[in-house]
Amino acid sequence: MKSIVPRYTREIPQRARLEGAKCLKCGHIEFPPRLVCSKCRHREFETISLQKTGTLLTYTIIYTPAETFSMQSPFAVGIVELDDGVRLTTQIVDVPLDELKIGKRVEMIFRLVQKEGHAGILEYGYKAVLTN
Amino acid sequence: MREVAIIGVGMTRFGELWNQSLRDIFTEAALKAIDDAGVDHIDSMYIGSMSPGLYVGQEHIGSMLADYLGVTPVPASRVESACASGSVALRQAIFEVASGYSDIVLAGGVEKMNDGEDTTYILATAADQEYEAYFGVTFPGLYAMIARAHMHRYGTTGEQLAAVAVKNHANGYRNPNAQFRMKITKETVLNSTMVADPLHLFDCSPVTDGGAAAIVVPLEMADKLKGQPVKIIATAQASDTIALHSRSDLTTVSSIGKAAEKAYKMAGLTPDKIDLAEVHDCFTIAEICAYEELGFAEKGKGGAAAESGLTALDGKIPVNTSGGLKSKGHPVGATGIAQIAEIVAQLRGEAGERQVKNARIGLTQNMGGSGGSCTVHILEAM
Repeated sequence: MKSIVPRYTREIPQRARLEGAKCLKCGHIEFPPRLVCSKCRHREFETISLQKTGTLLTYTIIYTPAETFSMQSPFAVGIVELDDGVRLTTQIVDVPLDELKIGKRVEMIFRLVQKEGHAGILEYGYKAVLTN
Repeated sequence: MREVAIIGVGMTRFGELWNQSLRDIFTEAALKAIDDAGVDHIDSMYIGSMSPGLYVGQEHIGSMLADYLGVTPVPASRVESACASGSVALRQAIFEVASGYSDIVLAGGVEKMNDGEDTTYILATAADQEYEAYFGVTFPGLYAMIARAHMHRYGTTGEQLAAVAVKNHANGYRNPNAQFRMKITKETVLNSTMVADPLHLFDCSPVTDGGAAAIVVPLEMADKLKGQPVKIIATAQASDTIALHSRSDLTTVSSIGKAAEKAYKMAGLTPDKIDLAEVHDCFTIAEICAYEELGFAEKGKGGAAAESGLTALDGKIPVNTSGGLKSKGHPVGATGIAQIAEIVAQLRGEAGERQVKNARIGLTQNMGGSGGSCTVHILEAM
């Protein structure tokens, strides 16, 4: 795939700083930000920083990744619910794979995620580590 | 709105079709459907295909396939809803005929997946590219997360998942068009390579080339044509969030339930009136979720239903008599139409060794992504 830098850089507030959008009417937090609230359809938001800690809701261990991730496998990917209720998909790293369990507490950290395209653009984002 | 019927169906063999191009695969299926129907022309066509652009570098396949079928200048368009593309194409054909705009419309589906591109990457484009696939999750990975959540909450087991694959292979063994015509055991599944824990290789549908087509006509015209008609008594579709993580319940594919509710209402039927079904078993857990959302099993009891024989060929509600996506194969854009082809064969009494006795009402369920799109169709024998 041909690399397109803007498509990466415009996601930096979310992927690097974990910024979400809080609906000014119902208080629901959207991540990533949207133009219309998924709960009440209101269109005005404030930018907020998400909680960095959360709970693992489910996970898998990927043995057959897409080519971009072939050097990383096997690796764990899960769905985390942050303490403010936001859910996201993330890798879970720095842990023996057999220690993963639904309900484990995690913390989000900043890491290199992938290298895109023939130019090998370094693309960063969040990953989760266990906290207990 | 006019009542509509399917008057002809056709499909290619599913598998690794190294000597056939995308256009030839589609044309073979379309010609079979046209011959089966006994029509001398079509008024328009819709083709479901998920990603010819990424798989073989070809977009604009509406024009190309009308050209190679020799039907230009009829209107021809590609329809895309990931793995639900085929059944969504069928819906466009149904609407066009029901409205009275056209009389004979072809709904087809085709995918050429074995020409060398990174299929794991291409299939993952049906997920949220920026917030799921970006972090390395694959399609088997998304369904594996549904499976793990289902196991955690309901006690569903790997053996129950395997029972789905064993049943579907037993059916596909009897289907001459199936990609993998071999019987397997639970041990085959549980001892196979892990793809995305807890899903093994034999929990996953394969990478497949194939095409399928159906001819839709007004019911009132059906008697005058050669093909034995099957009436469409419900067509329904629902959407859900693109990302799995946005769903409130990770053990439920709620778009199946939403589409099913509309379809049952349209047909005036309850789940117990369904004689057989083709459901979207892209992964074994998906078939278990489908049982629960279609009303074949209670929520959380889908795994036990798979093990009980309820959905076996000789069970109360045979599911995936064709072999399903698991054994018959899953050329993603063609799957929704191939499901229709199986139900039509069953309701006509033409399913050979796989024939379900006294089949009168059949259901198909076809979905895209991790359930971001889902269709349900109900067909009745005439």
